[in-house]
Amino acid sequence: MLEIKNLQARVEGKQILKGLNLSIKAGEVHAIMGPNGSGKSTLAQVLCGREAYEVTGGSVTYEGKDLLELDPEARAREGIFLAFQYPVEIPGVGNSYFLRTALNAVREHRGQEPLDPMEFLELTKEKIKLLKMDESLLKRSVNEGFSGGEKKRNEIFQMAVLDPKLAIMDETDSGLDIDALRIVADGVNSLRGKDRAILVVTHYQRLLEYIVPDYVHVLAHGRIVRSGGKELALELEEKGYAWVEELAEKAGV
Amino acid sequence: MKTVKEDAGAILKLFDAFEKECNGTRKSWVHELRQKARARAAELGIPTTKDEEWRYTNVAPLAKRAFTRPAPAKSLAVKDIAALLPPGLAEARLVFVDGRYTEALSNVGSLPKGVTLSSLHAALASDDKALRAHLAQYARQNDHPFVALNTAFLLDGAYLHVPKDVEVESPIHVLHIASGGEGQLAHPRNLFVVEAGAHATVLEHYAALAGGTYVTNTVTEVSLGEGAQLDHTKLQEEGAGATHIASIEARLAGKANFANHNVTLGGELTRNDINAVLDGEQVECTVNGFYIANGTQHVDNHTLVDHAKPHCHSYEIYKGVMDDTSNAVFNGKIFVHQDAQKTDAKQDNKHLLLSRDAEVQTKPQLQIYADDVKCTHGATVGQLDADAVFYMRSRGIGRAEALRILTFAFAEDVLKEIKHQAMRAWIASRVHERMAHTTGLKTR
Ligand SMILES: Nc1ncnc2c1ncn2[C@@H]1O[C@H](COP(=O)(O)OP(=O)(O)O)[C@@H](O)[C@H]1O
Ligand SMILES: [Mg+2]
Repeated sequence: MLEIKNLQARVEGKQILKGLNLSIKAGEVHAIMGPNGSGKSTLAQVLCGREAYEVTGGSVTYEGKDLLELDPEARAREGIFLAFQYPVEIPGVGNSYFLRTALNAVREHRGQEPLDPMEFLELTKEKIKLLKMDESLLKRSVNEGFSGGEKKRNEIFQMAVLDPKLAIMDETDSGLDIDALRIVADGVNSLRGKDRAILVVTHYQRLLEYIVPDYVHVLAHGRIVRSGGKELALELEEKGYAWVEELAEKAGV
Repeated sequence: MKTVKEDAGAILKLFDAFEKECNGTRKSWVHELRQKARARAAELGIPTTKDEEWRYTNVAPLAKRAFTRPAPAKSLAVKDIAALLPPGLAEARLVFVDGRYTEALSNVGSLPKGVTLSSLHAALASDDKALRAHLAQYARQNDHPFVALNTAFLLDGAYLHVPKDVEVESPIHVLHIASGGEGQLAHPRNLFVVEAGAHATVLEHYAALAGGTYVTNTVTEVSLGEGAQLDHTKLQEEGAGATHIASIEARLAGKANFANHNVTLGGELTRNDINAVLDGEQVECTVNGFYIANGTQHVDNHTLVDHAKPHCHSYEIYKGVMDDTSNAVFNGKIFVHQDAQKTDAKQDNKHLLLSRDAEVQTKPQLQIYADDVKCTHGATVGQLDADAVFYMRSRGIGRAEALRILTFAFAEDVLKEIKHQAMRAWIASRVHERMAHTTGLKTR
């Protein structure tokens, strides 16, 4: 589904990704772990087409297409979704209106009829339950005044409604207490399926106890320095990020 | 050296031709009013940018233009103006074409007993008492050059009189249509009188059938009695080449509640003077504005909230969306008289720039002569939040639509204050349509 080859990217003149390789197939759950500042969010933003992040080399192929050629909205319509590390507040724009507009844009791209507010409400009901969200959050402005946990839940709620093929989650666990973490993880797990791929970006292995990945990759200094199965997350937890520095040195980054 | 005024002679020489149209009112008090105003207009001239009040808005070229009296309106049917009529708000409507009342397009059928809604011309001809008591009592025909001109050429417009304690539920749509011919100059004159305890909702709407370089010079007087309420929306959708000069003068008695929503979407050059005199205690007064300008459009709003008495509240938000090389001027005066203690006045002016080349001049002017008052003001100029735009795009919303959604959210602060629900929704739909024709918000 996703093939990243030798990806290099910089932001504000600073090289962050320095030759990253990653291959994800439909149905798989991958986790990327790494110390703060290693480039995890940069990778996530590059995959979504954030302009501030300049790709200086390498390629990204998504379902056979050159992903880097597409606008952010085209990527979303093709089924890529990023749950942001820092969801954006949009005062004055209703959460429900926002999400329905997004869904209808995606539906139009898929050749489906747009949903009216009633049909949309119907569709969202069960997803709201799934994430134990307070329904009043739908009536408020997008993320405005939401608590950290509410923002993260809202991201996963959007993901459930938009039904992406490739879901990327950037530090979705940060700012969540254990109950909220469970709920969010249940939500994500319910979206696992043979047609969908999930990429979980996290600093801690805690989330991976609930969303158990098929593969774990360790990112350091803009490159993947070690890949393995779910045990790698535990090993990393045990040995700490000092070990990552050793790995990085060995890999010559 | 430039002078502060140009000669208004080119416009005033139309007066002789105009007098011939004044049949029925030529020998009355109103004609004396016209003649006085004509003399005053000649003295005041046409201001240049040397006049502080007109510093950023250059109307001096009007003095050199050749104007004609509007030709008799060509016959229009309701279906020709259907796009200008808010659905579900057809119960009371006065339509004027090039400044003259057009009965075939109007509808004054179903108003409560005692309410007068008619053309000013007809009310003058029948020597309506309330009209005589209020007309030209508030507007500044002695000070403002364009109000003087309007008064000199005063002939027709909307006249509404709501007697004591009568509540008019359905909004009254006053529609001034310009046929849009080159060199036409119209002077619509409106008077809305809402007596003590009465309620009304008015939409004062300017639109055009063509985009010529015509001029609308309009004046609206508003009088609210004790505890009266008026929700007044002005929607300006003039043609692309138009000059629109408007004065609104409101006199508010104690406990009155007045809201003016000044929405400017059209015209090439717009100047609004919106003045409210809070002339009794416990008045609630809102003067809000929203405008979108692109191309080389110029929008100038001068407002004055005049706190003459104690214990009044005023609220003011003016918001503008500026694209291309458009210009905006905002001059917001709040005047608090010495005995207007416990005044609470708020003013805010915000601009959203969609282009680097748009320009904004904003000047709050607070003149406070009382000591126990609360007055706040603020002015900001900003751009759309790039993070919000990206967030929306990352969910599949196209760039232009994301910009439109954010721009509309910016407008909402003003639009949400329009009280009548169906009217609010309709104004919102006009704003949406206008955004779709704004360079920076267009779908590529
Ligand atoms: N918008 C930005 N402007 C400047 N520097 C940035 C920006 N985004 C990220 N960086 C820098 O890039 C590096 C990688 O950041 P990031 O990808 O956010 O790391 P992670 O998500 O792994 O913590 C950091 O040094 C960070 O300071
Ligand atoms: Mg990060």
